[in-house]
Amino acid sequence: MMTDIDDGDVILELKDITKAYSGIVALKKANLKLRRGAVNVLVGENGAGKSTMMRIIAGVERPTLGEIWMDGKRIQFDNPADAVRHGIGIVFQELNLFGNLSVAENIFATREITRGLRGIDHQAQVDRANVFLNRLEAGISADTLAEDLPIGQQQLVEIARAVSLDTRILIMDEPTSALSAAEVDVLFRVIADLKAQGVAIVYISHRLEELMRIGDYITVLKDGQITGHAKVRDIDTRWIVRSMIGSDAKDFAKPVDHLPGEEVFRTEEICLPRAQGGYAVDNVSLGVRKGEILGIYGLMGAGRSEFFECVMGRHEHATGKIFIDGKELKGRDTTRRIREGLALIPEDRQREGLVQSMSIADNLSMASLGQFLKAGFHIDLKLEKRAIMDAIRSLSIKAKNPEFEVTSMSGGNQQKVVIGKALMTGPKVLLMDEPSRGIDVGAKADVFRTMRRLAGEGLAILFSTSDLEEVMALSDRIAVMSNGRLVRLVDRQDATEEMIVAASAEGHKPKRMHA
Amino acid sequence: MTTATQTAAADNLSGGSALLTLMKLRTFIALFAVIIFFSIFAPNFLSTANMILMSKHATQNAFLAIGMTFVIITGGIDLSVGSIVGLCGMIAGGLIMHGVALPLGYTVYFNVFEVVIIVAAAGILIGAVNGLLITRLNVAPFIATLGTLYVARGMALLYSDGQTLPNLTGREDLGNQGFAYLGSGTIIGLPVSVWILIAVALAAAYFARFVPLGRHIFAVGGNESASRMSGIRVNRVKMFVYMFSGFCAAIVGLIVSSELMASHPATGTNLELNAIAAAVLGGTSMSGGRGTIGGTIVGAFVIGILSDGLVMMGVSSFWQMVIKGLVIIVAVVVDQAQRRLQQRVTLMQMAKAD
Repeated sequence: MMTDIDDGDVILELKDITKAYSGIVALKKANLKLRRGAVNVLVGENGAGKSTMMRIIAGVERPTLGEIWMDGKRIQFDNPADAVRHGIGIVFQELNLFGNLSVAENIFATREITRGLRGIDHQAQVDRANVFLNRLEAGISADTLAEDLPIGQQQLVEIARAVSLDTRILIMDEPTSALSAAEVDVLFRVIADLKAQGVAIVYISHRLEELMRIGDYITVLKDGQITGHAKVRDIDTRWIVRSMIGSDAKDFAKPVDHLPGEEVFRTEEICLPRAQGGYAVDNVSLGVRKGEILGIYGLMGAGRSEFFECVMGRHEHATGKIFIDGKELKGRDTTRRIREGLALIPEDRQREGLVQSMSIADNLSMASLGQFLKAGFHIDLKLEKRAIMDAIRSLSIKAKNPEFEVTSMSGGNQQKVVIGKALMTGPKVLLMDEPSRGIDVGAKADVFRTMRRLAGEGLAILFSTSDLEEVMALSDRIAVMSNGRLVRLVDRQDATEEMIVAASAEGHKPKRMHA
Repeated sequence: MTTATQTAAADNLSGGSALLTLMKLRTFIALFAVIIFFSIFAPNFLSTANMILMSKHATQNAFLAIGMTFVIITGGIDLSVGSIVGLCGMIAGGLIMHGVALPLGYTVYFNVFEVVIIVAAAGILIGAVNGLLITRLNVAPFIATLGTLYVARGMALLYSDGQTLPNLTGREDLGNQGFAYLGSGTIIGLPVSVWILIAVALAAAYFARFVPLGRHIFAVGGNESASRMSGIRVNRVKMFVYMFSGFCAAIVGLIVSSELMASHPATGTNLELNAIAAAVLGGTSMSGGRGTIGGTIVGAFVIGILSDGLVMMGVSSFWQMVIKGLVIIVAVVVDQAQRRLQQRVTLMQMAKAD
């Protein structure tokens, strides 16, 4: 479907770019045209070569073969600074903030505002940074430390930094993966602004409906080759999926027909006070039945992750009761909660899910070593190995050799390792915090199928998400959290998208009856 | 063209693998290199007497390095081990010479076995203090153990007012003779201390691979918050490694005073630095998460043989320091290079498997 389309006003062109790493060809004779004043969307599964292409444009990598043309002249980037000089800015997918510096210092890193010999003008930096942050309606003060911000706001800081660069080409690699629907709207307004100023925007995302909304031109990559290129208004999501994986993908979660059993998990009045006053989790009581999937929908900061952390015993000053199979849990720390049948798949895979220095096998078994013991202390390696191979098989993890380091795998497979680790502890209740964050469509469908299968096997699953379509497609019941409170709990059949969106904003209404 | 690329890649791959294997074995290569070098240039280097003497020297360092390896794998550091050696030596000497005076006017003397138990417990206790400071009071490991370094050394000096406790033969009527066995006894021709080292090293290596707590050491060092989320009791793991490090230091204290049949309060000064050097030479990563007991032992022997061999060659002690420092720096540089190469080779293997 390489239709010839009107190419508009091209600012940068990649011609027959091939990039080979030792042993792997990541890009094969790829052609890409970026148009001024337009959103150029780039899609493809993980490992399709999107990131490699962006790294070439950003000057991080040099192409093995092929040419880069900008404004009708052939150019060559030797390093990222070169690309910046040509007006190219990039928001990377993995957060690249300096946690120990303030937001303003992050935004102006390497181009600090100075007052001659009197050093950095911190006040001016903070003021300027606040202008960019306000434009994004981020609600962040520029003098807070970056590491004190939740992950969604960190992403906004990254975007503010890129916007502040005054670029001619702005690359955004999954800018919305941690943003709420409201924040996404603001971002799209900013993108529209930049577009009007003639900036060429490269937008990479796995969220197809987003691409349809914001994109002008779309390019699909598969296995390092361009498999589709069109104007967004001429195509639909099915066309994208077809170009991406070669055939129509199945709907990601057809509910398996099984009736949920009796209630296995119940929380009563879970509260977590905030340091600044108020509650991060405000009297949340809910129950989940055997074989049921409960989706918790909410915006950033609605308290979903905090609720999960309370359940797992991460917060000492959290109050409330938790029951499994009708028995109240006595243990207050994570170790005992896991032993009692709870398991959590954290939102931030790199920081809280994986031990990067260990192998795939060691990561899988690290939480469940107690099951392979003989004589109370001796790990039976054969038993362990068998359980690891079982987990790899049942989750269809693509691990050539379980002894390889876990970082050698793609994001989707890393996520499966984290899921496998949790499952190997033999939980009755599985908590999944944003299980689809930062993985591609194929892997996502895989993860969702796995969730369905596990529920079918009798596991009770709670998962949190800020993706409306996901929560509607996957849940048996839907809970909506807003500003720490559980505002809605409905069966899937009775839920409508409008109702959920309305409920998710409830906690943020300016005035409340008892406020 | 395609075939050519593939062959090139394959050649590159096997070349990389060979170089990688060579780098992985670098501590062994270094060990053989120093042995061969000194057997050519140092007279009597290969004599049995010298070999036994050198292994005794290296043993002391190796004990501390084993404990240190676990500590470093969790991402910490234990600077107090040298001082624990000194203090534990003084406790051992004091118990044998003076016993414990009870307030009722009695003085209790312990036999050698009981002395060993008490001293080991003392080492573990100081390790526990380190552990508590680090886990409960959130003191950085470097500072916490720097503090106990001074406290323990000061207590060792206070114990005898800086004097040496000489002649620890014990008295027949008190039944506390035989302390010398630890330091100068032999079993089948090998010093007792070397046998103890073999036992401790095997136990530690077993522990690291086959016991959950041992595995957890690596997880905690690799990513502490992921470990916590996986239900690993991080504080318990840290307590354990510092207590084990204290235990290893207590053994060295016992062996040194038994060998000399005297306890000197300054014993063990700067030994912690040798232990760190041995662990690093053996491939333990200072950023945590990686390291092996086998590597550390070889590292300890490289350092031990290097210093003894240089003495035998008559190299000045000033030059010895320079050489030791250079060896450590080179080891770390090679370690970094290996890690980079390893990543490349892993990637290539994946590509090849595709």
